[in-house]
Amino acid sequence: MYQYNDFDKGFVRARTAQFRAQVERRIDGSLTEDEFKPLRLMNGLYLQLHAYMLRVAIPYGTLNSAQMGQLAMIADRWDKGYGHFTTRQNIQYNWPILRDVPDMLDALADVGMHAIQTSGNTIRNVTADHFAGAAADEIEDPRAIAELLRQWSTDHPEFQFLPRKFKIAVTGSENDRAVTRAHDIGLRMVKRDGQAGFEVIVGGGLGRTPMVGKVIRDFLPKADLLPYCEAIVSIYNRLGRRDNKYKARIKITVHENGLEKIRELVEARFAEIRPAFSGVDQAVLAGIEAQFAAPAFKSAPTDGYEAARLANPAFRSWTDTNLSAHKAEGYAIVSVSIKKHGATPGDATSGQMRVLADLARRYGHDELRISHEQNVILPHVHKSDLPTVYAALRAVDLATANIGLISDIIACPGMDYCALATARSIPIAQEIATRFDELKLEHEVGPLKIKISGCINACGHHHVGHIGILGLDRAGVENYQITLGGDGTEDATIGERAGPGFSADQIIPAIERLVLGYLDLRSSAEETFLQTYRRLGLAPFKAVLYPSEVKADAA
Amino acid sequence: MSRAFIPKVITANRLLEGDAVWLTEDDQWTTDIAQAELIEDEAHATIRLLDGEAQSGVVVGVYLVDVKAGADGPIPIHFREDFRTRGPSNYAHGKQVEA
Repeated sequence: MYQYNDFDKGFVRARTAQFRAQVERRIDGSLTEDEFKPLRLMNGLYLQLHAYMLRVAIPYGTLNSAQMGQLAMIADRWDKGYGHFTTRQNIQYNWPILRDVPDMLDALADVGMHAIQTSGNTIRNVTADHFAGAAADEIEDPRAIAELLRQWSTDHPEFQFLPRKFKIAVTGSENDRAVTRAHDIGLRMVKRDGQAGFEVIVGGGLGRTPMVGKVIRDFLPKADLLPYCEAIVSIYNRLGRRDNKYKARIKITVHENGLEKIRELVEARFAEIRPAFSGVDQAVLAGIEAQFAAPAFKSAPTDGYEAARLANPAFRSWTDTNLSAHKAEGYAIVSVSIKKHGATPGDATSGQMRVLADLARRYGHDELRISHEQNVILPHVHKSDLPTVYAALRAVDLATANIGLISDIIACPGMDYCALATARSIPIAQEIATRFDELKLEHEVGPLKIKISGCINACGHHHVGHIGILGLDRAGVENYQITLGGDGTEDATIGERAGPGFSADQIIPAIERLVLGYLDLRSSAEETFLQTYRRLGLAPFKAVLYPSEVKADAA
Repeated sequence: MSRAFIPKVITANRLLEGDAVWLTEDDQWTTDIAQAELIEDEAHATIRLLDGEAQSGVVVGVYLVDVKAGADGPIPIHFREDFRTRGPSNYAHGKQVEA
């Protein structure tokens, strides 16, 4: 994977030194809060309900063991011994104090990490398929492109004051695991005439006005990627609305101007700037690609793995749910669930992080990934090592066999931490997971994605949850709205609102009715919740959610 | 007839630690809302807000919060402000475990 060169190292150190001086000037009174706030936000430091929060970028979700170990050290030394992995492949520390933050940033720089552009109206951390470089269905590893985009977007002088934040996601597979259609720019690798290129999607986004992105170019050669992205952001920078924060994202720019007009302007701008790209970017890309060369996969028998599956039902269940197909013979992609029933989705303790780092070092070619679904991935594990890996994970509560199931819930921090939240998310996730664990139903229910956001900004991706839950403040009381039928894959769909919201006490029974109702409605055990919803539509699900209304109508 | 004034306290977050604090009658910032000055008059609230904002070297984001008078001091009306007096619900962290 990519290693910082001297330029990267110098740049990140310089930014940390600048921020250290800015913090000192704020504390000694030379800077007012109005002056300091944009500076701290540029370095990922927010002020939340109970404390500061530092958001650290994990570019395209990739970490090595030394980086994961350092995240654990930071959690112990300057926070409360844990970190929160987010839906944007970042990690957030919830309890830093202001004076310590420059030291935290220096500790990150020690392992080639930073918190730059994890906030503010800039191009944010570029996210990628968390199975990148490992997936059996992949055309090419998309992380080289993601790293090129990171370098290009970091401190890009034209794009430091965009109308609003700007998020780019990239996937190297036809199967979209990076929710590319819900990003400002989504890049999906496709092949044409034997050449890898990109389907370029623009104007997707969730939040207050959810929109599925539109294809602005069905095939863009890889060599044109940087100038084309620069053209898109440049047009957005010019046309994007700065008069109204809620209409400032590119999805609104595309919606208001129409895709045709945006495409015309982008193509014109692209033609203008393309000649200025002399090929330096391609030379840089070639260097990056070399660093993302696949590890030296081993050949070994997998008999031990098969025997362990037969001997240990718990291990077998875990391998059935938490493994995905790897491109290399004898290997598997391990999704480590950070969603033990009743735990906070996405939170890992420093001890768990160290175990994950150690497993990556010993059995995983030194690689880890953070998924937007708030789990940790060991992308390259040989099947013969899986029993050992499983035992080590189990010892630290990381062996929950629930990937893709009802308790594998995405939840934003909500009003337990976030200053923008209108209701809590975490306790709802904890209660749903605990309830379905008690019912022992989740394996029977099968694939089902529940996603919870604690406000309209939709960090919890509720619009693309098969079941989405949105927490709101209704007259001073927490209230939860349900949306159904959302999908974040290549068939991206925004969920439909089911009806009136539920109180915090009513929402868990409502979800239970909905899921039990699905078991009655499905045509067979193979028909998933989403398939059943697509076949039958909202009405029968609404009837199980609101039984008294149906009775009232019949009366 | 104008509506009755809802009593207020002044709140902010500490500059260095970031934790939630409330303004007392003697212009100190307390981590216990029960110790905060209960403001029952609109004009006085405006003045006290300015007093709080003047302490910009110590606190950040000063604002007024609706409260009711309780036996042991002011009690926030809205759940968000109630959460700020305690800490998160998923861990025993923050004010609920601090002395």
